[in-house]
Amino acid sequence: MFSRRLFLQGGALMGLSSLLPAWARSASDGNTGLRPATATEFNLSVGRFPVHIDGRAGEAVGVNGTLPAPLIRFREGDEITLNVTNTLEEDTSLHWHGLLVPFQMDGVPGVTFPGIRPGETFTYRYAVPQSGTYWYHSHSGLQEQQGHYGPIIIDPHHHDPIAFDREYVLVLSDWTFENPYRVFAKLKKMSDAYNYQQRTVGDFLADAKARGLGAAWADRAMWGQMRMSPRDIADVTGATYHYLINGHATADNWNGVFQPGERVRLRIINASSMTIFNVRMPGLPMTIVAADGLNVQPLEVDEFQMGVAETYDVIVQPTEDRAFAFVAESIDRSGQAVATFGPRPGMRAEAPALRAVPTLTMKDMGMDHGAMDHGSMDMAAMDQSGHGMMDHDMEDHVDHDMSGMKMDHSAVMAEATWPVEKKDIKRGPGVANVAMMPMSRLDEPGIGLEDVGHRVLRYSQLRSLARNPDLRPPGREVEIHLTSNMERYMWSFDGVKFSEVTEAIVFHEGERLRVTLINNTMMPHPIHLHGMFFDLVNGGGDHCPRKHTVIVKPGEKLSFDVSADHVGDWAFHCHLLYHMHAGMMQVVSVLPSKDRMKEKYNGMDDMHDGHEGHDMPEMHDMHEGHDMKPPVEMDHSTMDHGMHEEMK
Amino acid sequence: MRKFCFTALASISLCLPALAQAHSGHGTSGGDRPWSQADAWFDPAEMDAVRQHMQAHHGATPLAMFMLNRGEVQFADDKESGVWDADFWYGGDLNKVWLKTEGEYDFDAGKVEGAEVQLLWSRAVSRYFDLQTGLRYDFEPDGIAHAVLGFQGLAPYWFEVDGAAYLSEEGDLTADFEAEYELRLTQRLFLQPRIEAAFSAADIPERNLGSGLTNLQAGLRLRYEIRREFAPYVGVEQHSALGGTADRMEAAGGDPDQTWFVVGIRSWY
Repeated sequence: MFSRRLFLQGGALMGLSSLLPAWARSASDGNTGLRPATATEFNLSVGRFPVHIDGRAGEAVGVNGTLPAPLIRFREGDEITLNVTNTLEEDTSLHWHGLLVPFQMDGVPGVTFPGIRPGETFTYRYAVPQSGTYWYHSHSGLQEQQGHYGPIIIDPHHHDPIAFDREYVLVLSDWTFENPYRVFAKLKKMSDAYNYQQRTVGDFLADAKARGLGAAWADRAMWGQMRMSPRDIADVTGATYHYLINGHATADNWNGVFQPGERVRLRIINASSMTIFNVRMPGLPMTIVAADGLNVQPLEVDEFQMGVAETYDVIVQPTEDRAFAFVAESIDRSGQAVATFGPRPGMRAEAPALRAVPTLTMKDMGMDHGAMDHGSMDMAAMDQSGHGMMDHDMEDHVDHDMSGMKMDHSAVMAEATWPVEKKDIKRGPGVANVAMMPMSRLDEPGIGLEDVGHRVLRYSQLRSLARNPDLRPPGREVEIHLTSNMERYMWSFDGVKFSEVTEAIVFHEGERLRVTLINNTMMPHPIHLHGMFFDLVNGGGDHCPRKHTVIVKPGEKLSFDVSADHVGDWAFHCHLLYHMHAGMMQVVSVLPSKDRMKEKYNGMDDMHDGHEGHDMPEMHDMHEGHDMKPPVEMDHSTMDHGMHEEMK
Repeated sequence: MRKFCFTALASISLCLPALAQAHSGHGTSGGDRPWSQADAWFDPAEMDAVRQHMQAHHGATPLAMFMLNRGEVQFADDKESGVWDADFWYGGDLNKVWLKTEGEYDFDAGKVEGAEVQLLWSRAVSRYFDLQTGLRYDFEPDGIAHAVLGFQGLAPYWFEVDGAAYLSEEGDLTADFEAEYELRLTQRLFLQPRIEAAFSAADIPERNLGSGLTNLQAGLRLRYEIRREFAPYVGVEQHSALGGTADRMEAAGGDPDQTWFVVGIRSWY
């Protein structure tokens, strides 16, 4: 169905849209909405191909000759087969982001499989117990930056609770004509090489005029003393990036159509390498109906900040007969991608001007001055002081949902009745800062969106549509610190780069545990755990949102609860590509329980306790896998055939 | 002297294994794999190799950088000279090899006035500072080798500083210290004050140095970054010889205080 040959024959001579799969084209090129065409077998060829981006020719690495890669759409529970052929001269891989696949199908070289060698075809085969909007991308080198990503839609097996008349998928991404290894090298050599939004002498003078010389000077002195920049918001910026929606830059004007009054479902995927986006449609409220693929209680907002690798499904219902802009603005406001939705194909909405560049505060350093006035370093007091900080903000957010906030704090502040495993941060050149007073920031909209004057999503507002499947309290809590030295461009967990990791983070099958992330850096990090959904502890009780990726704001401390159901080694990392590449990565090993081991030796087959996902075919697979003696010489192209039979 | 030089070079090369270790990145070998569940599905040896490769490429990528910090022509009344100040480094986050060179070419005399090269092992010892040790060799004017112990880093308030002590093969102890600051006028236009001070522990007649603070350079450069990697600049620099050094210079008919105008390029890759 995705023919590379077709592309090679005619594509190069035609315009942008002809190079794109149907779903990624504009309405003016015939795309009036997605067709619910599911399949069970997909042939994907990874290679290099020419692309035309923002009016300029370049070369991409990706799938089937298109950027973004083809839409993979299938039905929940169907066993699907994906034959991935590598035509590159380097290894490649495909990871199915957010999909609960058996771990050996997860596609992370060196963690779950050896990767796909040049010339080789690797067959992924799995069935997953979920539906919704997801995506896939390379987990090899920096290929993701070169265009190696595409959308996944899984249609629900039964009834879809989300009603809509028309749907589109919107893949947001960032593209550079520079070699991504060069981008990384530049960041290592000069970490602010792409930042053209620093504060200048002129800003200082303006600030001194507005706030007084003393205050302006004290502010500069404080940041200077710390050797940090309050404008250090994005490492890679519009200085090199072309921001894309379905492969279209603003000038290319991706456009979709609707008939006034229709409910239009937008499946939005942030497939960027480094760009956290602010998403809005001026004049048109968006109702969030799914986050990270799973349904949430409908929530109407005007804007939301979207971490790299997060997905949101929104419903919009335009009633006016006019064009609306869909704006994906880079968090540092160094650029944006604008698309159009209108009643007729080819319309172009006016692109709003970029908003003012945000400036970080001491709160982002985990050292809020207001909070420090409380004068205590003890943990309970820290959360208490968080209240003080929130109170300050209240004036700016009169529409805040107070009850949600209270719940949030009660949840975060609840005294842990389970053991908490705190790890010492390995101090050294790689750790520039340790947040003295990390606090919950789930009730904040994200950097730069505090005062935009309309409704912005806060994580504290998200509620799962379905009741959470596992309501056990955590048996233990693991703390993980996000650490960095921006000046040296070193990124790590607990001060240990992935290259230095000697042991994985261990979860035990069947346990319920809490993971607490503490961001000691000045940047927001979209943290992704492979292979399982986690329940974000946001005060949602038994309806916490279940996510695969969560933004941890600067100076923030947040927790998620997770059930270690899926045995295997799972990657756990910051989804900012160059942070991961610099070492902000770990592996979570879900080790089989002793009972499971015992059953294995007794040759018993039926050991699942009926928990969500437990009766999945891949679990049988896993089980079989433990009995399997790995052959010494393994041929990737044939190796999973045996599995195929077992999965029936 | 040459022998001294090569011996010291050899001692630096002993530091290289540490550098290499920084590249491979992790100390695990064969037996204690940090995770291995995929071994049940794939060839364990292949998994191990890929894991090691993968880990090394997430945090231990060695890089190389070339920086022409100052490549400039200096003008005073009726004199012109060319000055270079360039670095090259290779290595990982903690261990690097540095090659530094500085020198001066006198256009009027048509010869190199001074040229030194340093080969250093650099170790990140704190968040913002590296300790550097190795060898310096002065090709001009006198062909003398020195052992070097120095530091380089970013001081609070964004001062880029570096300093080193030098022990020459003649037994003379000297030192220098440099500090730069960048005032951001616009996103591409920078005003950079810079000072450089040189010290000597004792009188060194053959190098025309008195003891104590011997020389001071204070400069101001206005730089425009056409690209981050390529920036022309203009500036002015005051050179002063002090104390016994100034006396010697005056005795030789020189002027211990000179003002130079400079035009140059800063560039890196």
